[in-house]
Parts: sequence; C-alpha cells; structure tokens
Amino acid sequence: MSRLSKFYTFLVFLFLYAPIVVMIVFSFNASDSTGLLEGFSVKWYRVLMGDRAIMQALYNTLILAVASSVAATVIGTLAAVGLDKWKKNWVRTGVMTVTNIPMMNPEIVTGVSMMLLFVFMGRLVAGSGTLGFGTILIAHVTFNLPYVILSVLPKLRQTDPHLTEAAQDLGCTPLKAFFKAVLPSISTGILTGMLMAFTLSLDDFIISYFTTGPGFQTLPIAIFSMTKKRVKPDMYALSTLIFFSILVLLVLINISQARGENKRARQYKKGEV
Amino acid sequence: MDNNVIIDLRNISVKFGEEQVLRNINLYIRDKEFVTLLGPSGCGKTTTLRVIAGFLEPDEGDVVFDGKRVNGVPPHKRPVNTIFQRYALFPHLNVYENVAFGLRLRKLPESHIKAKTAEMLELVNLKGFNRRNVASLSGGQQQRVAIARALAVEPRVLLLDEPLGALDLKLRKDMQVELKSMQQRLGITFIYVTHDQEEALSMSDTIVVMDEGEIQQIGTPQGIYNEPKNAFVADFIGESNILDGTMRRDLFVDFSGKRFKCLDKGFEKNEPVDVVVRPEDVDVVAAGEGMLRGTVTSVTFKGVHYEIIVDIKGFKWMIQSTENQNVGDEIGLDIEPDAIHIMKKSVYSGRFGDYSSFSEEFDELSDPEEEEDI
Repeated sequence: MSRLSKFYTFLVFLFLYAPIVVMIVFSFNASDSTGLLEGFSVKWYRVLMGDRAIMQALYNTLILAVASSVAATVIGTLAAVGLDKWKKNWVRTGVMTVTNIPMMNPEIVTGVSMMLLFVFMGRLVAGSGTLGFGTILIAHVTFNLPYVILSVLPKLRQTDPHLTEAAQDLGCTPLKAFFKAVLPSISTGILTGMLMAFTLSLDDFIISYFTTGPGFQTLPIAIFSMTKKRVKPDMYALSTLIFFSILVLLVLINISQARGENKRARQYKKGEV
Repeated sequence: MDNNVIIDLRNISVKFGEEQVLRNINLYIRDKEFVTLLGPSGCGKTTTLRVIAGFLEPDEGDVVFDGKRVNGVPPHKRPVNTIFQRYALFPHLNVYENVAFGLRLRKLPESHIKAKTAEMLELVNLKGFNRRNVASLSGGQQQRVAIARALAVEPRVLLLDEPLGALDLKLRKDMQVELKSMQQRLGITFIYVTHDQEEALSMSDTIVVMDEGEIQQIGTPQGIYNEPKNAFVADFIGESNILDGTMRRDLFVDFSGKRFKCLDKGFEKNEPVDVVVRPEDVDVVAAGEGMLRGTVTSVTFKGVHYEIIVDIKGFKWMIQSTENQNVGDEIGLDIEPDAIHIMKKSVYSGRFGDYSSFSEEFDELSDPEEEEDI
C-alpha cells in the first residue's frame, strides 16, 4: 500500500517535472539536435547573451514587472485599507467580487477587451499607435491588483483596530499613525502581494500579447514570435533561466508568508488568552 | 463650580445611526481625581471615554478641557492618553521602543528619551525588559507596558478602558492597588471605565453610574452604595432587596404589610416609593420575634457569610448572615431604621431587587467577560 502510494507520488512528480528536466538537460547540449545529446556545453547560454533582441526583451520584461508590481502594490494596499474600514458587509463583498473578476476572467477575454478599450480611447485622443509600454503597464497593474488586495486584506483583519488610535493618542497625525503603526503590521502581506504581482507580470503572455505594440516586446512575446520559425536551444537556455528565477521568487513568497504565520502564532500563544 | 475642573462634558449626545448611545451627558471631572464610569455593557461608558479622547465627535454638546472647548481637536493634540482594552501595543516594536514611541514623536533628545523610558519602566516594575518582544510578555506585563507608554508623555488625564478586564482575578486585585497608588503618587486625573462594581468601589474618588446612555448617579463610593438614587443603581452596586412601599409620613414607611421607622423624609404623604434593604443589614432572629417572618428557601455558603434566601409573603429576600439556617425553617427578621433606604419611583422600579429568579449560574451569565465596544 505504502509502496503503491510512493509510486503514485513519483508518477505525479515525473509528469510535472519531466518536461522541465528534459529542457534543462537540452539547454546544455553541445549540438542543436532535439534528439541527440552530444556533450555538455554552455554555448547556448553564450548565444543567448549575445542576442540583442532577446536581451532587450528581457530588459523590457523586468522594467514592466517592477513598475507594474510596485504600482499594483501601492494601489492595492490603499484599496485594502479602504475596504477594511468599510463597516457595511454587503458593500465590501460587492467590491471584492468586482475586484476579483480580473482574476477569474479568462485572460484572452481580459486581453481582447483591454486592447479594444486602448485602441478606441487612443483613436479618440491621439490618433493611432497607442499600444506600447503605457498600455501594457495599465493592463499588468489591472490583473495584479486583486492578488495584492487579497494578500493585504487578511493581514489588516488580524491587526488590532486600536493600533492606529493608540498611535494617534501618543501624538501621531492620522497619516503618520498609519505609517508608524499599521504599515509595519501588514508589511509581510504587502511583500507577499508584491512578489506575487512581480511573478505574474513576468510570465504573462496572453494579456501582454494583446495590449502591447511593436515598439515594446516582452520576453514571452519574443519567444513566441521565435517559435514560428525553428526553436533553437538558446530558447531552452532562456526558459531554464526563467524557471530558476521564478523558483527563487516562489521560495521568497513562501518564506515571507511563513514568517507572518509564525509571528501570528507566537502572538496567539503568548499574548491573547 | 470649582476652579480645578479639568474636563467638563456639557449636554453630550451621541447617535450611532438610529441608536441613541449617549443621552444628554453632563459631567465635570476635577484635576487629580479618580473617576470611574460604571455600568453594564452597552451603557455608553466607553463611548464617553472616546468622546473625551477625541476618537469620536459628539453629535450634540461641548467637551471643555481646562476651560477651553475642544470639540474638533484631533486626538493627537489633546493632553489625554488612553489605555486600551487590549493594550494595543505595537507588535513590531520591543518594550523600550513602545514606551519611547510618544517621546520620539515629540523629537526629544535621545538622552532624555532614554532617561524617561527607564524611569517609566521602573515605575511599572519592568526594569530590564527593554529588548523584549511585546508578544512574548504575559497579559499583566503587556498591561504595564501600555501604562508606561501612556504615562511617558506626561498626560494631564489618563483614560483607562477596562484595563484589567483580560487579567485573572488575583492579578486584577494587585493591579487595582497598584493603579490607585500610581495615580496618587503621580497626581494625574484618572478616568476609569469598568463594569465591575467592586473595582469601582475600591479605587474611585467619584463613581458615575451609567445605563442606557444616561448618567444614573454621580457620587462617592459610600454615597452611591448607601444612598442609591434608583432601583438600577441599588441593584447594580452590591446586592439589594428592593420592595414596593408607601411613605406614610416623614420617618415612617409601609412595606411587606408592616410599618417601619426609617430616617428618610421629604416625600409626599402616602407617596409610593422603592424601599432598599441591603442583605447584610438584616438581622436574623427567632421566628415570632422581629418585625418580619418568613421561610428559608435556599442557603449558599460564601466563605465570610451564608447567603440565605427567605420567602416573605411571596417576595424573596436575600440575607447575608454568619449563622447557618436550614432550608424550610421559619425565621424572624429585624430591620433597624438606618438599614432602610427610600428611593423615589423611577422607570427601573419593579425591574430589580427580587431574588425569586436568583441562581448562581444566572448571576455569572449576566456578568459578561468581554465588553462590547460601545
């Protein structure tokens, strides 16, 4: 029985990770064959580094991920604080449902509808050629927002509602009280939300594809356009690099969450009786 | 009015939506006084505190501090500080930084902050706790940090919102004594909110009894205990037998079918009144002797005394006596004139003071552990 369940677990992981393992292996292949391993080499990584278009796309992707995750974090945190203050339950649930729609909506629908809106508004205001960094940034902030809100809101619920009042009581203006008393208590939630937003922005393809223009290519789009021709092993190298960066980010998110949980558990155990 | 009045609430009313939480509150508090707002949950005592602290603006009325109207002045500009029910310590700061929080905001030199923080931690017996995480402290220790934090900024008035509610009985008694002596030593005005009548009686200079958003009575602990104004106060503070009576003329009152001598006067002839007799003021005598005669229906041992319920003409009296009685026995009761207190009829008449539905569990149920935030 136990051996069977072990075997089953092994199968699950095999199917999950076999493709990635194969890709990693082939990214170090000395030839560009997809069938034969002809020795170890980092040649494709070198080719990758030399590819101006890919490097530009990587740069674009990082800029976009940083900008959109920071913007989404600021807006999302403010939104969560506002939502938390709302006393009426049905209003809060209503607003939460609306914010969650971008998360549940098929990406293709979000992508197409946003493209339509941008093009339409662009015609109205500036003529043509509106799609580019600005539009893709707006799109990324939009789909990142609910993730930030969802990771900050529970932290706010856990904090003592009297913390702000205590800070004001001791001499803080309401704004200062927020920064000195509330923000430190919800920082783990904010960090988690930001990392999640960064990751999502990094690997988004569908929405990006519809909302950007020819002047601003992100990495997933660049890779997709290359796959129309023959896929070369430098793409394996690139994908391997992306896989490891995402892995590191995920570990960071988990650590940040676990830290928050531990802190809470400690407080629960020692403080509140 | 006295010159040393520090806080004056004039005609304060507060509404939460349709609900009238405070109704025309008039209260002045003298400098260096220990005032307790006492009442059951939902009576408006915490709301009164929040109005004074500035967290809540009254819908009507004026808050006057030191002769100046302070309506609209935000909390951070008022010379009052609050000890919150659940302490509200900053979880991301250690003990030292929590206490220094208010001082840092005042941009004081570091040496001054250090000295003041040390002084405060010594005051609350937490020397050497500087680097400790507040989450690692016990309830009583957290309470002390909260007090040190509030006192560090040298407020004129300290507001305490059920500060001992979360502590166990023994610790609560110790902290009561400590708080009282601290208040006297520092010469700061304390406004203390509680639903615990014993706490109020043992600590306060003045007690303000509240119910349903209104002040029922203001007075010294002795005054409130001995001369309750209405049935609510008589019932809430200590145990009371409250009977329907008729004031025949000055110094004579009829109740329980008998005429009694009393010390009260100034009522109308034949005015219906509420008569209060405290359980400890009734003397048990042999059946046939004494003014009243009844049957013992239950006896509970309380340590210092026995709590005896006696049925007299259908009304259940509570009597505290050091002598045991047997259930079912007939006994006589004697009441001295000074044990009788006469109150005018009020909306509370008839709602309290009969022990026919009395039971131990019921008593505990009606004394809620956790106070609602009103």
